[in-house]
Amino acid sequence: MDQLLINPDYPYILSTLIFLPLAGALLLLFIKNDDFARYWALGITALTAILSIPLVMAFDTSTSKYQFVEQVSWIQSLNIQYVIGIDGISILLVMLTTLIMPLCVLASWTYIKTRVQAFMICLLIMETAMLGVFMALDFVLFYVLWEAMLIPMYLLIGIWGGPRRIYASIKFFLYTLAGSVMLLVAIIWLYIFNGYSFFIPDMMWQNYSSTAQILLFLAFFLAFAIKVPMFPFHTWLPAAHVEAPTAGSVILASVLLKMGTYGFLRFAIPITPEATMTLAPYILWLSIAGIIYGGFTALAQHDMKKLIAYSSVGHMGFVTLGIFVLNTAGVEGAILQMLNHGITTGALFLCIGMIYERTHSRELSSATGVGKYMPIYVTFLTFFSLSSFGFPATNSFVGEFLILAGTFEYSIPLALAAIPGAVLAAAYMLRMLQKIVWGGTDNPDQSWLNDLNLREIITLSPFLFFVFWIGLGAQPFIDLIHVSVANLLDNYHAFHGQAMAVTDLILH
Amino acid sequence: MEITTVNDVKLLIALLVPLIGTLGVMFMGKNENVREGVSSAASVILLLLVASMVPAVLEGKVLVYHMFTVFNGIEGVTDPLTIKLRADGMSMIFALVASSLWTIAVYYSMGYMRAHQEHAQTRFNACFALAIFGAIGVAFADNLFTMYLFYEVVSVCTYPLVAHAQDKDGYNGAQKYIVYLTTTAKLFLLPALILIYVITGTLDFPTNISDGLFTDGLSSGNIQNWTVIMLYIFCLFGFAKNGVMPFHHWLPGAMVAPTPVSALLHAVAVVKVGVFCTTRTMLYVFGVDTMHALNLGIPTAYFVGFTVIAASVLALSKNNLKERLAYSTISQLSYIILGVALLTPAGIDGGLIHIVNHAFSKITLFFCAGAIMIAHHKKDISQMGGLGKSMPITFACFFIASLSMIGAPPVAGFVTKWNLLVGSIQAHQMGILLILIASTMLNVGYFAPITYKAFFGKRPEGETYQGIQEAPLSMLIPIMIACTISVLIGIFPNFMMQFVKAVTG
Repeated sequence: MDQLLINPDYPYILSTLIFLPLAGALLLLFIKNDDFARYWALGITALTAILSIPLVMAFDTSTSKYQFVEQVSWIQSLNIQYVIGIDGISILLVMLTTLIMPLCVLASWTYIKTRVQAFMICLLIMETAMLGVFMALDFVLFYVLWEAMLIPMYLLIGIWGGPRRIYASIKFFLYTLAGSVMLLVAIIWLYIFNGYSFFIPDMMWQNYSSTAQILLFLAFFLAFAIKVPMFPFHTWLPAAHVEAPTAGSVILASVLLKMGTYGFLRFAIPITPEATMTLAPYILWLSIAGIIYGGFTALAQHDMKKLIAYSSVGHMGFVTLGIFVLNTAGVEGAILQMLNHGITTGALFLCIGMIYERTHSRELSSATGVGKYMPIYVTFLTFFSLSSFGFPATNSFVGEFLILAGTFEYSIPLALAAIPGAVLAAAYMLRMLQKIVWGGTDNPDQSWLNDLNLREIITLSPFLFFVFWIGLGAQPFIDLIHVSVANLLDNYHAFHGQAMAVTDLILH
Repeated sequence: MEITTVNDVKLLIALLVPLIGTLGVMFMGKNENVREGVSSAASVILLLLVASMVPAVLEGKVLVYHMFTVFNGIEGVTDPLTIKLRADGMSMIFALVASSLWTIAVYYSMGYMRAHQEHAQTRFNACFALAIFGAIGVAFADNLFTMYLFYEVVSVCTYPLVAHAQDKDGYNGAQKYIVYLTTTAKLFLLPALILIYVITGTLDFPTNISDGLFTDGLSSGNIQNWTVIMLYIFCLFGFAKNGVMPFHHWLPGAMVAPTPVSALLHAVAVVKVGVFCTTRTMLYVFGVDTMHALNLGIPTAYFVGFTVIAASVLALSKNNLKERLAYSTISQLSYIILGVALLTPAGIDGGLIHIVNHAFSKITLFFCAGAIMIAHHKKDISQMGGLGKSMPITFACFFIASLSMIGAPPVAGFVTKWNLLVGSIQAHQMGILLILIASTMLNVGYFAPITYKAFFGKRPEGETYQGIQEAPLSMLIPIMIACTISVLIGIFPNFMMQFVKAVTG
């Protein structure tokens, strides 16, 4: 258990973060008042966000060990523990989750008019589950929370969603559930093989047989690729995004999609390094396919939410590309890009939501030419759109730059194959931006639209702040992840070095 | 010449002045006199700031200012990715041109926009200032990343200017504009930028034009020749604002913009950003040594030589004055690249000085075209016969500036042509010499008839030019200033030549 580091200054900080929203949700059950529910949810999520700040302050950037660890035995007979901790791979995602939740509550302030109390409960439970997934170091704990996320998300889409909400929510539910069934099998196999322990760090870098690794990897892959979503497992995403309420879309895009890529980094690579090496080239080309496919499909959309949803397929393709080139630039870029995508796409969904709240339409053609009447809105939208297609000096550029730098190190043709994706991204984002800001000569009358109110400006401002902070000075963020990534890659290469040495011994 | 590097915060201030000007324009939009006052104050302050850097640069100093470190390099192998500014001879050439022409253009556009009673003048002025912000950023960029950043800033900020009219033509032209420019930038520049960073470990420009970034890698065999050649081609096409064929279509398309914008696009901000980036990359990223070693120079010269001739031929066929000027611009821009690609001292001198010469002369021509638009409301050359008698000053200035395009003494363009001719002889390229001569003939062919017909030609049927007189003074004075400078830098080329010499050493 030498990978664990307990921080004596903050002994229970992670548990506090996990259980505070849950406690808030439980208390909310008993008070039936819409306004109270809003303020209560905002208070709880804001408090969680504030309490998560010490994580960054006290995070030790010189070690790849799991920090702020808490460990308690949970179900002794099966050797299941409640063990949580974070490292460089998860810290940014934890922070992203805690910081984005109060903004989701703000975005739902007037958007959600029915069953406010239930909606806020769902949001709070979501937060608990999401934070737990990123912190869990015990596979059962992870799996329970991973599955637990589905239910509030299902409700968010199914109750407060658009006209086809039932179809979308069931599709979402079935896809993700189907993916995780194989994951469960893999977990049980690993449990038995590792001396009846669910402790994740102990499962890493073991000498499982090649066949076992391939099978394990495929199980992981199915679960995580659906979650990312990687082409061609992405079809649930546009449906879910389109029907979900704004806050649901934001959570889905900013946090849930990251769980797939997080899973690759946390489980697939360390537990099945040999299979990773064998299968990485296929995944790389699948990522390229996703980048190009997402780009073309986004270009053809007339529904703004669908457009952003397909753009996510492309952007997440860049992330998986960065992960599986398996070098420092690529993986660091990928983790940074996970954060960037959370910020930028989250903000874009908020922007679309704000238009939807006014016009009650997601059609691009009904939102044309609002620039003249909503100058503040289009200023925000412009910056987020620029960020989305990787305009230099914004956050996504840094991530894309690192990913492509890593890809160029790996293979020049592969990197060149990804470039059209960047062109397409510029094309569909500028197309949308042009339509919304300028439109054409036959714009509908938009003069009755009100520009953003203070609440909406407050909701969007933090996103803009991070767009430029990461775009102009990403080093503090890279410092947080660097040692963990280096350790992951060192172990990966050492593992293959070892394997090579063994093969040499056998052959000679 | 010994090169010393000095930190200077003036660079940052110079960059921020147009940006603050933009904000000022946006918040003062209600009162148009105050708004225009802000624009012109910003332009004068910028000019003074740039001028104040002249002595230090002429002493051989390189002024630098570090703005941001985006990240500290990959695994400690590569240099940090930074946003940094520098002022050396080459940046001063462009910075001086951009800042001085902005001061003139502000007055001109004030006159034009008011005379035309254009809508959305606040947006127009704000974007104008933003485009200058981008141009100054490009001029002062100290590495390829910074240059790319401001290059993209210019692309995005000039979109509203091209689409200004907000009619069908405006949107179509603007769409073409943004599609061409962002597509080439993403398709070619982005991979070039990243690949250069990966294989050389840096994006920072060296302080002389011979080294380039690839010399070590090529000599040690770490970098393959074909990689560098591919990167070079990417850079040549990636900076599509340079108007090199086949990616030149955006430029005639952008003619739908109001004339002050065309002047800004075709003389100062946009196209000069393109050629400046191209030549900066040729000299400071690839470097003269590498260009020689891989034999990139002469083929480039012939390649852009095609653009020189083809664009001139197309210009001949255009009856719309602004369109003819647009094709003339495409042709003249390639002079700059052609000169630098010759890689001889005179060739590089001629190319770089043409950034200045073309800017002043072409802005005069566009200003004249705008003045004719305001006075006569006609765009076609065939409608301008005999108009010279009603608008003598405008057409006289037009004539002088077109002499500069042709390359006749004593106007600025002669200095260029002289150097280019010497350069092509130094490089032993008779073919280039022929291209230059042919292009001069073509220039005469499409410029001379305009003024000739205006002064000596017949009026079109039924046209009396009743009541047509010169454009308002706020337009006429900028025309005369720009025209005078075109002559002055032709007679006294040494002032600007000093900066060129600081580049070629």
